[in-house]
Amino acid sequence: MGSRLMFGPRKADRSVLQKLKELNWAMVLTLAVIAGIGIAMQYSVAFGSFDPYALRQLIRFTAMLLLLLVIALVDIRVWMTLAYPTYLAGLVLLVAVELFGFSGKGGQRWLDLGVMTLQPSELMKIGVIMALARYFHGLTAHQARQIKSLILPVLMLAIPAVLIIRQPDLGTALMLLLGGIAVIFLAGARLWLFVTGAVVGVAAIPVIWNLLRPYQKERVLTFLNPERDPLGAGYQILQSKIALGSGGLFGKGFMEGTQSHLNFVPEMKTDFIFTVLAEEFGVVGGVGLLCLYLVLLGYAALIAVSSRSQFGRLLALGLAFALFLYVFINMAMVMGLVPVVGVPLPLVSYGGSAMLTMMVAYGLILSVALNRRLSIPRKHPFG
Amino acid sequence: MRSETERFSTFTRRGALLAGAQGLLSVALAGRMYYLGVVQSDQYKTLADENRFSLRLLAPERGEILDRAGRKLATNRHDYRVFLIPEQSTDMVDTLDRLGQIIVISENTRKRILKQIKRQRGYLPVTVASNLSWDDFARINVESPNLPGIQPDVGPTRLYPHGARLAPVTGYVGAVSEEERQRDNPLHSLPGFKIGKSEIEKSVDDYLRGTAGSSRVEVNANGRVVREVARQDGLAGEDVTLTVDLELQRYAAERLGEESAGVVVMDVVTGDVLALVSTPSYNPNDFNLGISPENWQALVRDPRTPLVNKAIAGQYPPGSTIKMLVILAALEDGLVDPDETVFCNGKHRFGDRTFHCWEERGHGRVALLEAISKSCDVYFYELAPKVGIDRIAAMARRFGLGRSFGLPLSSEASGLVPSRDWKMGAVGERWQPGETLVTAIGQGYMLATPLQLAVMTARLANGGRRVKPRLIRSIGGVELPLDTPEPMGIDSDQLALVTRGMEMVLEEDGTAFLSRLRGEGFSMAGKTGTAQVRRITKAERDAGVIKNEDKPWQERDHALFVAYGPQPASRYALSVVVEHGGGGAKYAAPIARDIMRRVLEIDPAGTREIAAADTREEAG
Repeated sequence: MGSRLMFGPRKADRSVLQKLKELNWAMVLTLAVIAGIGIAMQYSVAFGSFDPYALRQLIRFTAMLLLLLVIALVDIRVWMTLAYPTYLAGLVLLVAVELFGFSGKGGQRWLDLGVMTLQPSELMKIGVIMALARYFHGLTAHQARQIKSLILPVLMLAIPAVLIIRQPDLGTALMLLLGGIAVIFLAGARLWLFVTGAVVGVAAIPVIWNLLRPYQKERVLTFLNPERDPLGAGYQILQSKIALGSGGLFGKGFMEGTQSHLNFVPEMKTDFIFTVLAEEFGVVGGVGLLCLYLVLLGYAALIAVSSRSQFGRLLALGLAFALFLYVFINMAMVMGLVPVVGVPLPLVSYGGSAMLTMMVAYGLILSVALNRRLSIPRKHPFG
Repeated sequence: MRSETERFSTFTRRGALLAGAQGLLSVALAGRMYYLGVVQSDQYKTLADENRFSLRLLAPERGEILDRAGRKLATNRHDYRVFLIPEQSTDMVDTLDRLGQIIVISENTRKRILKQIKRQRGYLPVTVASNLSWDDFARINVESPNLPGIQPDVGPTRLYPHGARLAPVTGYVGAVSEEERQRDNPLHSLPGFKIGKSEIEKSVDDYLRGTAGSSRVEVNANGRVVREVARQDGLAGEDVTLTVDLELQRYAAERLGEESAGVVVMDVVTGDVLALVSTPSYNPNDFNLGISPENWQALVRDPRTPLVNKAIAGQYPPGSTIKMLVILAALEDGLVDPDETVFCNGKHRFGDRTFHCWEERGHGRVALLEAISKSCDVYFYELAPKVGIDRIAAMARRFGLGRSFGLPLSSEASGLVPSRDWKMGAVGERWQPGETLVTAIGQGYMLATPLQLAVMTARLANGGRRVKPRLIRSIGGVELPLDTPEPMGIDSDQLALVTRGMEMVLEEDGTAFLSRLRGEGFSMAGKTGTAQVRRITKAERDAGVIKNEDKPWQERDHALFVAYGPQPASRYALSVVVEHGGGGAKYAAPIARDIMRRVLEIDPAGTREIAAADTREEAG
């Protein structure tokens, strides 16, 4: 089925121009449309002004678009080689955050690199998927089913997850774990493991509850009953739901949102940007954005199944799933379906960290696409 | 290669599963969106509007208090003030510190603010300072970005343009106290809202206050008003027009100066209170703005009691001003022959006691008219046992003594008319015959307020009609009904005899001859009174009576004078009581004369116009 999608020379050493020609521009356009929606929302939040949010977001996106192209044009084998180093770099940075990081918003997540602040957990989201894809690339189907083959992947997931939980950033840790587990699942580990894991996970909830920080417990309790504290922690969810609900089917119109413009929704330009969209463009606008994300996922799935290398397949679908988690958790959070965990909506929320993850991830997916016909010999996981 | 195919097929199978899961979750998201945005949309739209709009109460403008000619006695002015909205301030102590660099915030004020913040909800403003100068107010406005939670405001506040001179009539307004605060009255929680605390301000507070308006405003999450959506202006309070004449009131207050005194001037026909003066008084503006503890202490400690409204709450022995009523009581039952004389040698023995006339040398032969004009005490000592305390008390009550008239003022006292029954009830002793003698010259138990003395004089002057004092002429432009006073059943000949005696008080040989009025249409009749504050002991009398001027202020006699004029168609009555002033003739009569002259000049009732019109009619 993939053959019709494939065109161009089979040679691995194509010119940059040829690669650019072959690039999945429709996907890049989808990314740009989503980012454009984000910029429009930042414009609305600033009461119809490009300054400061929309403009900065535009500059940021433009710069990252270039980064995406560069990543896409690099040979997939280079990325495969860099998989473990990237993971290790992420690990080092996480430890560095643990030791030297500075706090913000009740968590120790950021690392000041002098020029810019970096959130190593974001890098780790990609690093862990790269490393796992690289690992399973070297295993046969039979080996992948063996339990002993899972010891390393579990460690590779657990170490960064624990470090991130310690920051504490439960949301990111959860996303990291789910993303990693998805790769292991796709690689062919036995199904009963996941079923057992799920059961154990549910059983462990009381234990996890006791490990939660007070503010995390507060968020969960508030999620379960937002009216419990309508002016405190429940305020966000309640106001966010009011914004979403009052938008109706078609919304109040661009820049007409009262909930957002009158500051009732906290952190609206970052984590709660979706409420601005839904208030101003209604259910139609909200579902429209969701569909755009699903289009991106669809492209990633097509690329994955058309890739001839296991690394490419796992990387593309793993990253796509990680991004889906971003979108799902954020939207579910603002709709009051899951507790407020502080996950931004990729490309739309104001800020660089999540956008960077998204663009790097899609750069890698595009790289997989450009090298989909390349069969990479199965190497030993650490060969 | 078999392994590669197997890996691929596992991958696609599992990928499909994962995609299915994502698809389901996406459908769940879309469903949730539909549920919130379509199914429950109305509910959330309402909530969004509730968020967005907030109803603010608008304090109504307080009605004005006007004098009988429409001149302002209490009005409103712009007040520059500053509120603190606790929930908009991150650090209230810091904010107050910063504000304290612009205006003075005393330690007391700071305590009050912090206390009030704890007590009420965070979005309700607390008054930090009011009555600011324009300069301070402008500076706070400029600095306001650095003062989170501080809200400059301009609002109306009470102004008493004539200050202390009108205070006994207007009273004052003040902030709502804890005891007065009504939970169900939202106005009471409005910052800067004042309610009437005394006198007219208090008694007709409901009319003056008006009805609160409301303003529907769009607010942001911090409660800051973005714009006004709808507004329903409150109904301003109703203006209250009094019977008082501003000019006369001011004159009387100034004439009394520093004396501790009470004066009431009345229209004898309508009962209109034309002036109601108590000196010294307080400045009601200080109370409105919040009086300092030092000023308050000074007012409380002042021996001349500025906080007591002496015109209505000062109760004094009426002294010789009661004598007309004793004579009327005697005449009514034929107990006295007006021509019969009594010999006064300065003292009168009754039982084993000696009663003294104010004139130590005695008045010689005295008939009824001289007894009034010369205020001969011995004449009344002779008369008193014949009349008896009960007749005196009954006549005193008919003339308005011993009860309050229910004027719309806060502290009207009822005075005291003693009788046998009263003494048994209150003191628990039988009435002593000697006490009738003391009562007949207005000493002893009997007490009257300047208002009561003015009413008594008015009833003497208007031909014995039961005129009642009134202070409010109209409320909100609606005239209050004026009832025609009914006759009290006093024989006009007998009354004429008494009033003739009062005219003679200001004629040659009368006690107040020196205070007579001169001039066309300017005439006055009256009666002096001197109320002993301390009983003069026998030892003191033997040693020679000490002159009033030589006594300490607190022990000096009260000086009284009641008067009416102009004759023959008297229209105005007045009473003057100067606390510890001394003799009535010397200290109260000149004041009464000056005030009466002013009344006649101003002629608030317009008698001259009426007279002129009558003349024209007769001519035509």
